[in-house]
Amino acid sequence: MDISHTLLIPLIPLLIFLVLGVFYNKIKPIVSGYVGVLGMLVSFGLSVYTAYQYFLVNGQIDGVYQSISQKTVWMRFTDTLHIDMGVLIDPISVMMLVVVSTISLMVQIYSRGYMKGDSGYTKFFAYLSLFTFSMFGLVLATNLFQIYIFWELVGVSSFLLIGYYYTKPSAVAAAKKAFIVTRFADFGFLIGILIIGYYTGTYDFETLNQPDGAAILSWTSGSFMGLSILTWALILIFIGGAGKSAMFPLHIWLPDAMEGPTPVSALIHAATMVVAGVFLVARLFPMYYFVENGFALQVVAYVGAFSALFAAVIAVTQTDIKRVLAFSTMSQLGYMMLALGVSGYEGHEGVGYTASMFHLFTHAMFKALLFLGAGSVIHAVHSNYLKDMGGLRKFMPLTNITFLVAALAISGVPPLAGFWSKDEILVAAFEQNKLIYLVGVLVAGLTAFYIFRIYFGIFWGKETQYKHPPQESPASMTIPLVILAFLSIVVGFIPFSEFISADKTGFEGHLNYPLAAIATAVGLIGIGLAFVFYKKENDLSDRFVHAFGQFYTWTFHKFYFDELYLFITKKILFKNVSYPIAYFDKKYVDGSMEGIGNKTVWLSEKIKKIQSGRLQDYAFAFVSGVVVLALIFVYFLKN
Amino acid sequence: MNTVNFLLMRQEILLASIVILLIVAEIFVPANRKKSIVHLALLLFSIHTLVGFLPMAEGILFGGMFRNTTLIHLFKNILNIGVLILLFQSADWLQHKIFSQDRGTEFFVLLFTSLLGMYFMISAGDFLMFYLGLELSTLPIAALAAYETHKLTSSEAAVKFILSAALASGVALFGISLLYAVSGSIYFDVIAANIVQNPLTALALVLFLSGLGFKISLVPFHFWTADVYEGAPICVASYLSVISKGAAAFILMIILFTVLKPLIDIWENIMYVLAVATMTLGNLFALRQQNMKRFLAFSSIAQAGFILLGLITGTQLGATTMVYFIAIYIFSNLAAFGVVQAISQKTDKENMSDYEGLYRTNPNLSLVMMLALFSLAGIPPVAGFFGKFFLFTATASEGYYLLVFIAVANVTVSLYYYLLVIRAMFLRTRPDAIPYFKSSLYMKIGLIATVLGILSLGLYSPLYEYIHELSSKLL
Repeated sequence: MDISHTLLIPLIPLLIFLVLGVFYNKIKPIVSGYVGVLGMLVSFGLSVYTAYQYFLVNGQIDGVYQSISQKTVWMRFTDTLHIDMGVLIDPISVMMLVVVSTISLMVQIYSRGYMKGDSGYTKFFAYLSLFTFSMFGLVLATNLFQIYIFWELVGVSSFLLIGYYYTKPSAVAAAKKAFIVTRFADFGFLIGILIIGYYTGTYDFETLNQPDGAAILSWTSGSFMGLSILTWALILIFIGGAGKSAMFPLHIWLPDAMEGPTPVSALIHAATMVVAGVFLVARLFPMYYFVENGFALQVVAYVGAFSALFAAVIAVTQTDIKRVLAFSTMSQLGYMMLALGVSGYEGHEGVGYTASMFHLFTHAMFKALLFLGAGSVIHAVHSNYLKDMGGLRKFMPLTNITFLVAALAISGVPPLAGFWSKDEILVAAFEQNKLIYLVGVLVAGLTAFYIFRIYFGIFWGKETQYKHPPQESPASMTIPLVILAFLSIVVGFIPFSEFISADKTGFEGHLNYPLAAIATAVGLIGIGLAFVFYKKENDLSDRFVHAFGQFYTWTFHKFYFDELYLFITKKILFKNVSYPIAYFDKKYVDGSMEGIGNKTVWLSEKIKKIQSGRLQDYAFAFVSGVVVLALIFVYFLKN
Repeated sequence: MNTVNFLLMRQEILLASIVILLIVAEIFVPANRKKSIVHLALLLFSIHTLVGFLPMAEGILFGGMFRNTTLIHLFKNILNIGVLILLFQSADWLQHKIFSQDRGTEFFVLLFTSLLGMYFMISAGDFLMFYLGLELSTLPIAALAAYETHKLTSSEAAVKFILSAALASGVALFGISLLYAVSGSIYFDVIAANIVQNPLTALALVLFLSGLGFKISLVPFHFWTADVYEGAPICVASYLSVISKGAAAFILMIILFTVLKPLIDIWENIMYVLAVATMTLGNLFALRQQNMKRFLAFSSIAQAGFILLGLITGTQLGATTMVYFIAIYIFSNLAAFGVVQAISQKTDKENMSDYEGLYRTNPNLSLVMMLALFSLAGIPPVAGFFGKFFLFTATASEGYYLLVFIAVANVTVSLYYYLLVIRAMFLRTRPDAIPYFKSSLYMKIGLIATVLGILSLGLYSPLYEYIHELSSKLL
């Protein structure tokens, strides 16, 4: 299969970024919007075409999906260890191409309405294109180093977009926080990459991922603190992934990242960039599964399960609708991680892997829809808080219906998309680990509850008196909502297990009716409770808050994790470690450096006189130089 | 010898014809349209540069006096590109300042003749041809340096240059005659076969290297550099620091690696001493310079010290990295000189303090200058970083750790003064900052070409592998 056209998919957004960036002042805002959308449309078309060619026409040989790559050596260290640049086409990268291009396209169309009149309109589209380029590069990467480069690039674009409203101090702080926390995690990632390069002698995914290849088998060669070195490397890489995917305890940046414009939250912090961590684990799945019998994978499973539960509990108490959605995202990402964690490798055993990717796919659609819907609401009432909303169904019918579709999808109500992927995850967990299964079911119930809590809070509930009656958003914003709602309904019917599976052979998936029934029932109970609590204004919820007492306060404050981090960094690290080091650095290190610098400048001043401007002096120096060299090399060093 | 053989000199013949054509044009173009000769010269030289890229056979001519290899051919192309960019950058200056005094055509004639001399110098197969090429390339530069006759400093530069050059030629010629005395021949391959290590050859070597050291402006043969660069027109200074230096370094490498290979134990050490002295003193002098031309003069002396690093290894890797470094250096320095030229032409300002606040008034020029200086300083991801990185790696892989350490320390010092300019442009402000101006189209082309070179050679470069392949035949 010829894959050279896939190279264009990332290059088009890059080109747009450069054009918008260079001609920033000269382009009319409206033009930059059209340029962005049109470019994205081409990338989207190419992605869909690639997916069609790969999955349905000629990606398979003997029932196995092939990994196809095109690459050139960029930097060579040894004969086997080199950094390549190229594109790798395999089931998950093609699937990600579709996700990223679809959501990017929707968000770009939506932003044309949402950002209208903003002074940085062109800049916004330039950043969006930069992000899309980086994300495409990330999913198409052929090796660990290439993925790391784009990994950092998406980090940078995320930083730029969170801090987009740079006059707002909270946005700047949030951007910094996101960057620092994920950078901290990436440090683990980088060490993991270096260890893998050192022990296996390659960065290439195809070489690393061969189940019986030398790279995986080398795990027996070295150990550290009772675990294989490679297991440590994989855990370190997972730390990088956990940072990007906001897994506990590196999740603290994601809620704050909601300071960015809402389309950005939909694109980056819900549908695409935050799933990079999940994608990374899936990308290296054979390594995770085979090295030391999947020890690192166990870590992934438990971290994922805990994050899912932790975030779902917090989401119940938040009052800022974007933050509810942020915690919901974190919870769903935990879901995907736990699905990978409980997955096997061959045939139907790999259902967890399939389910994780499936959920990634469906989640991207309905979570983007939730965010864009929330954006539409915020656009109308100019507030993020539930207390300023209520009864909006009369004013914004389209937003209401699409939001409801997304809420039903995330709650796992059949036959919407979320039902199918969530069911597969629970099946995988049930077969491998009952504890994780129970957590999964509990989270499913909580998810349904909190999402309908905000749904009823926004569109039903108390009849708020608005100063200016809210209006339905313009077509540029509602059209993406409708398209995404349609997708949230239908994408669940894709026979995912035939396309994407851990061993790339595909298997026939089927519904496990008892488990599906349990999950659906739990979801419906959650919705029912929310209905009772929040459909009409009443004091039931306040009474429950009182009943839970202290626990509610803790949860509301996100279990004081931000405060804990601040305490550790400011009170302990800064005071006892950083200040003394800074003092030493200023006094002794800087001091000696400045001394050297001053001496150099002084010397430079001194020798300046040698350059007298008189030609006879120059000739003298010339001849003396010859004589000295001749003396040294002809007489003293005769060898 | 037949016509096909003769085509080995295609580049030389073509360039000589351009020179003659221009002289004829000078006769026939009416006085009021003399300025259009600039366009004609640019056009002819662009064609020449393009034709240069056609593949060429390897071989020897005139009984071994002249030879051509793919590496030499490549280097001539690099020189062509450099000169072409230089012409673009100085076209405006020529039209407005020089042609108004009715002596424009000679400028091209002299410049191209000098380039022709370099062609012969690097294609030389014996020391006679080498010496002729050397002189042919040097003498026209003296005339070029004196081109701004209304300026006293320009004439001073020319006199200093011609006297220093005469001294250097004499010393080099003395060295060559001693080489002839010990080996009985002036042909490169005969000398390589016959030469043995003894005090007389060592003396010959020292003299020869001193003479060439003048061209590359190695310490202590460098004193002319700053005065000449400052006095000469900018494009001539640029030509001296980029084209002339590059060609001399290249032929030095060829002679050392092929002809004088048996003496490697001696010249390795001489180069070591010269490299350390050149890097260190060049940097120390550059630290306190205020005039941009003098500043670039000393910075280019320090860069020459880095170029020598590749020679010291005496390996194919060293040769590759050195040629690669020179190619990058040509682009970077041309960019820096180009900006200085653009500003000086419009405002006559050449001091570092005049550049304060330039970013606010002329952001594009400042960005080009920044790229150029970053590349000279070796900051990733621009080309200069990779040039230095490969060069230092090659040197370190031969075990010269101390030398690499000294070089890296010097890079740090150089970073300081390169950043001084950047600080002036970006962080400082002054009320009478250079106002915004538009550069001519030719100048823009000249600058954009350098920027493309700096960026593309850094990010993705098949050139390195290509040089590596070619230089394998060298040893």
